[in-house]
Amino acid sequence: MARQGELRGTAVTTGSLLERESSLGIILMLPGALVLMVFMAYPFFLGIWLSLTDSMIGQMGEYIGFRNFADLLTDSIFHQTAWNTMVYALVTVPFKAALGLGLALVLNQHMRFSNPIRAAVMMPWIVPTALSTLGWFMIFDPVFSPISWLFKHFGLITQNINFLGDPKLAISSVCLANIWRGTPFFGITILAGLQAVPNELHEAAAIDGAGMWHRFRHVTVPHIKGVVLIAALLSVIWTFADFQLIYVLTKGGPANMTHIFGTYAYQIGLVATDIGLGAAIALYMFPILSVFAIILLVYLRREE
Amino acid sequence: MVGSERFTNRLMNIYLPLVFYIVFLLFPFYWMSIVSFKPTNDLFDLKFSPFWIQQFTWENYTYLFRETDFNEWLKNTLIVSVVSTVLSLSCSIFIGYALARLRFPGSNFLGVGIFLAYLVPPTLLFLPLAQVVAELAIYNTYWALILTYPTQLIPFASWLLMGYFRTIPREIEESAMADGCSRLQILVRMILPLSVPGLLSAGIFCFTLCWNEFLYALIFMSSGPMKTIPVGVVSDLIKADTLFWGSLMAAAVLGSFPIAFIYSFFVKYYVSGLTAGAVKG
Repeated sequence: MARQGELRGTAVTTGSLLERESSLGIILMLPGALVLMVFMAYPFFLGIWLSLTDSMIGQMGEYIGFRNFADLLTDSIFHQTAWNTMVYALVTVPFKAALGLGLALVLNQHMRFSNPIRAAVMMPWIVPTALSTLGWFMIFDPVFSPISWLFKHFGLITQNINFLGDPKLAISSVCLANIWRGTPFFGITILAGLQAVPNELHEAAAIDGAGMWHRFRHVTVPHIKGVVLIAALLSVIWTFADFQLIYVLTKGGPANMTHIFGTYAYQIGLVATDIGLGAAIALYMFPILSVFAIILLVYLRREE
Repeated sequence: MVGSERFTNRLMNIYLPLVFYIVFLLFPFYWMSIVSFKPTNDLFDLKFSPFWIQQFTWENYTYLFRETDFNEWLKNTLIVSVVSTVLSLSCSIFIGYALARLRFPGSNFLGVGIFLAYLVPPTLLFLPLAQVVAELAIYNTYWALILTYPTQLIPFASWLLMGYFRTIPREIEESAMADGCSRLQILVRMILPLSVPGLLSAGIFCFTLCWNEFLYALIFMSSGPMKTIPVGVVSDLIKADTLFWGSLMAAAVLGSFPIAFIYSFFVKYYVSGLTAGAVKG
């Protein structure tokens, strides 16, 4: 590295820099590392600094210590936000995992048209979430909801359901849309795990007289446990830090009953232009995200 | 599970659950599509079943191209997605190769760092990043997205390509080096051609993520004609009056179509890319 100044030197020197593993490795890392430093690492530390100031948008503020963090602890909307985020990230996961497991088990069977079917059921995960969420926006509409129409048609209800406007119902509605979006991810990941189970194991167990449930419990489950755990951790991290699904459906309303960290940080930091306080809201996610990230990392390292 | 072939068994184990999943997972798309082909008046006519089209029309689609900035949004999304994907893929090829093949100081540490970067969500960074974008004076230009998207793409693409490069036997490289090829020549002439499936997976993954991105595009590209499709549709087409459903659904269908199209062609690569991270680690 001491000779980096000679990079533009003679062909022989450049050649040897690009040939030696240690220098070539570092040179190859540079472009990507530079992007990540400027647009990920630097903003991260800038965010920590902002959260310790009373900055407004376009106007750097004064250092105020941990006052933003302390203020949030007594903010009832922030309490509601933290609770909503927990519900949104944790309650949806068992549903996504169970529905995904069912989906994977069905897709793993021999059937006609299995390729187009597999491609089709992945769509909720593939297409732009903001756009598919518009579909849910209409499905949840107080006037045009097809669910309300169906229930009314069969005489189950007399008035349309206000999926997103009813403060008690809104969080369940956004969770339903989230489960819909996340189920295919679990399905396809678990399917990959299922396909790694050697067929001989099932056959051997069947010869030994094991029934379907026994084979599932003792052959399938041990093979897919790891995949399910990894998918669940990734899903918790992504859902915990979600933004667009809630933004499109409710913008955090009604009465802040569906705000999660991302949407509340946006509301305070950009709409109310209190960027210091907004940065503090976002940073409250960090310790919780770290815990999940570390569990994931430790698990993956152990597997290797 | 292949055991019994009796029809009732298959009905209970396959066809009924399959019908449930298809209805649950595809109904929103069906709904969006039929609404996009209905004239607005038909939406209000409660005599008809809302699950079918009484009168077919293209007017919601023509409205998008004539009366809104949809053309511009499409152009912006395409430019940003292509450039950002190419940029991210180039960086990721280098990183993936370095981490897969070369021993250099700090390589272990950097490998873990790249993996952790994959787990950093945009919501954690968007407020300070808005400030960075403003400081660099790239706010409301393509660069604001072209340069910030790679932070979400490079980590996963590098990880995926690293895994792919490792499956290529070292002997190929060693014999080429004995013939006097340099490392970079080997990367370009031998490793990359052998890695086309991995490159496709990574490229499709990057392109899809760019096309679908919402938060950064919402904040960094706020003026009407500079928006991307998801942001433009969500922020400009939802208006106070109640007559927007048809064109809103038409825009959602059109904006989703390219991704669904690409995906259905390359489904194998997409799935292998998606599951590579989860299954192989």
